[in-house]
Amino acid sequence: MDALIKRMNLPDLARQQGILIAFVIFLVVVALNSDTFLTIGNVLQVLRQVSIVGTMALGVTFVVLSGRLDLSVGSMLSLTTVVVVGLHDKIGPGPAILVALLVGLLVGAVNGILIGYVRLNSLIVTLGMLSALQGVTLIYTGGKNVGIADPDATWFAIFGRGYFLDVPVPVWIFLGGALVLGVVLAKTAYGRQIYAVGGNEVASSASGINAKRIVFSAYVLSGLTVAVAAVILGSRVMGSQNNVGQGYELQVLAGIILGGTSLLGGSGTILKTVIGITILGFIKNGLLLLGFAYYVQWLVTWGVIIGAVWLDVASKRGSLFE
Amino acid sequence: MTANAAQAAVSAATEYVLEVSGVIKTFPGVKALDEVSFDVKPGEVHALVGENGAGKSTLMKVLAGNYKPDGGTIRHMGEPVRHNNPLEAKERGILLIHQELSLVSELSVAENIYLGSMPLKSFGRVDWRMLNEKTNRVLKDMHCSFRASDIVGSLSIAKQQMVEIARADAFHCNVVIFDEPTASLTDQEKEALFETIRKLKAQDVGIVYISHKMSEIFEITDRITVLRDGKTQGTMNTADTDADDITHRMIGRSLDSYFERAESEPGDELLRVEGLTITGLIDDISFDIRAGEVVGMYGLVGAGRSEVAETIFGIRKPDAGTIFWRGQPQQITSPKAAMKLGIGLVPEDRKGQGLVLGMGGRDNTTLPLVNELNVFGFMQRGRETALFDKYKKSLQIRTTGPKQPVVNLSGGNQQKFVIAKWLATEPKLLILDEPTRGIDVGSKSEIHKLIARLAEEGLAVLVISSEMPEIMGISQRILTMCEGRLTGDFSHSDVTENKLLNAASPQD
Repeated sequence: MDALIKRMNLPDLARQQGILIAFVIFLVVVALNSDTFLTIGNVLQVLRQVSIVGTMALGVTFVVLSGRLDLSVGSMLSLTTVVVVGLHDKIGPGPAILVALLVGLLVGAVNGILIGYVRLNSLIVTLGMLSALQGVTLIYTGGKNVGIADPDATWFAIFGRGYFLDVPVPVWIFLGGALVLGVVLAKTAYGRQIYAVGGNEVASSASGINAKRIVFSAYVLSGLTVAVAAVILGSRVMGSQNNVGQGYELQVLAGIILGGTSLLGGSGTILKTVIGITILGFIKNGLLLLGFAYYVQWLVTWGVIIGAVWLDVASKRGSLFE
Repeated sequence: MTANAAQAAVSAATEYVLEVSGVIKTFPGVKALDEVSFDVKPGEVHALVGENGAGKSTLMKVLAGNYKPDGGTIRHMGEPVRHNNPLEAKERGILLIHQELSLVSELSVAENIYLGSMPLKSFGRVDWRMLNEKTNRVLKDMHCSFRASDIVGSLSIAKQQMVEIARADAFHCNVVIFDEPTASLTDQEKEALFETIRKLKAQDVGIVYISHKMSEIFEITDRITVLRDGKTQGTMNTADTDADDITHRMIGRSLDSYFERAESEPGDELLRVEGLTITGLIDDISFDIRAGEVVGMYGLVGAGRSEVAETIFGIRKPDAGTIFWRGQPQQITSPKAAMKLGIGLVPEDRKGQGLVLGMGGRDNTTLPLVNELNVFGFMQRGRETALFDKYKKSLQIRTTGPKQPVVNLSGGNQQKFVIAKWLATEPKLLILDEPTRGIDVGSKSEIHKLIARLAEEGLAVLVISSEMPEIMGISQRILTMCEGRLTGDFSHSDVTENKLLNAASPQD
């Protein structure tokens, strides 16, 4: 196998896109075994399913590129979802959305201050935040589930259930957000500073870049995208449990890693994140269509991530094993 | 016949402890070693020289078992070897002393020396008593002032290097490879190292010595092999050749003059510091620099030179003292504030502080200008590329294009990008902290010429260096520092090596 990898001498493109090639093979296999898999309806369905995790992953990508982690996004999704759903009937959809966005920004800002300015370890801070927000969510709801009384009578439904040009609105939000943030990352001075800080924070600071502010801003952005995802989720379900976001942080990170963004920071793109998240969505959907039990997808997701990371490392060092 | 006797028989049959013939090593896109051959006799110090990127480091790693060669043979004591890892090489008797020391700073001297092959008792327990006894015996042989139980992290760099060398004794190595061993040593420490090398020689150990410093090579080595572009350019007896010849073979051309001093007349005072103090680091530092002037700052490692530079550049905060810029007192609280005044700092640690290694040359060049080279936040790629092209050309940087990550460039070319990024900010004062450490002789000379040219264009330059010939060769004025204090201010016309050394050495 080692020799094979060396002998193949894959062109750079193929090497970098190894994950995509494996994915295409997967698509073909499933498509041959399922009539519905590659229909437009199913594809849109998958995209709609990934739009919540995907929207969150857009902001988290900034955090990861800056050389840090955000494990609090799952809890944050729970909190902002119960906030937007819980306030909907009390103060109306517009103000409820506004409050949810502010909560997301606030939580992101707290993370950002502790990690960017106080310079605490991001793993610890966001792990603590994960736990803290579960508590805040339960205090807010008093342990009860929240819901919207009349889902058919509110324009709030558009974010999770609406369609525009036959494409679900959540997909527009996800892909539109990806386009905007992708351009920000690739083309702007802000994006350049994110890469620089993630690549070498000391050198960036010595070049006059305010690394503290850049790290802070990445967490604020992460909080914002989580709140947007909460609006989609709340609108889709029209109700929320206290722990609705549980485990989302891992799905978000899985998608980012699968796409090929480095967890060490400084290397990766929004497009990679979109690809990674979408591939995970299709794998889950394909496994269901092939008739596997729900929990099989978790095992397969694990295998896919290990495989992707391994192939990436193997192509860099030219052999499967050290 | 025992293994030892067999080895003795083999070694009697051959004149060399190490014979390298036709070794080939390729990496994707580069042939790092192209049929390299050389040999080492017992009791010989054999220099291996070449510009960065010539293949020295690769060759070292092949010899030490880090890399497997793609072709050719390596004979050790007459026997062909193909070790798979550094431990196997060490156990065979070939030891590499790394440029960046490979010690575990949290462990003791004894643990470091025998790392991976500790003496064991039953059930895999470490035999501490034997370990420490063995180590102390080795340390005593080498006249080391530290003990087996000392924690490596608490030792000076020079002593840490002795720990590495002690491995040679401990493993009865008969080939020791030194990779730039004096890069972070003071002159006294260097002498102590040379003493150790002479001792190893006397024990018939074959030594491979890699260095960029000509004076050392001519002081300590017996033969010299030159590498260029992965090929051997001949082996000579040190006594039969000279620095010019070696340099010529290394770069394929002669360096017209090794050092070049700016011929500019210093203009108005640009920077003046008065009483700059950081408790415990620098003490009451006062000096000035004028436009068009090249000021050297000499001192031993740890004298506080970098701290002075970092204070002027706003990385450190002084406890007392004032910085004047064009006669006006300034509060420089961040690198950004320093940049706004027109100060640039090429730091000592170019990989750690100078460059974002994963980024391309273009983005590194424009990093300090990221807030200027944009329109409504959007980077202006055209202007960035123009700057990259300009400095690639004027500094003769060898890179395949604006996007090639600087991590893949040689030390000299990386350093040129650090300089480029500060020149791009159009500074009035450029501070260079050890600008030529660990880079090849060609790039070194280019950087010296560049410094002279910049001063002649009116830039004030402060060069910090531990290399006496360099500081004496390029500075118009030389400041010396010792233990945090400024101890001398010499004009280049009346400075001597002795004066500098006296001023830089601690007085008891």
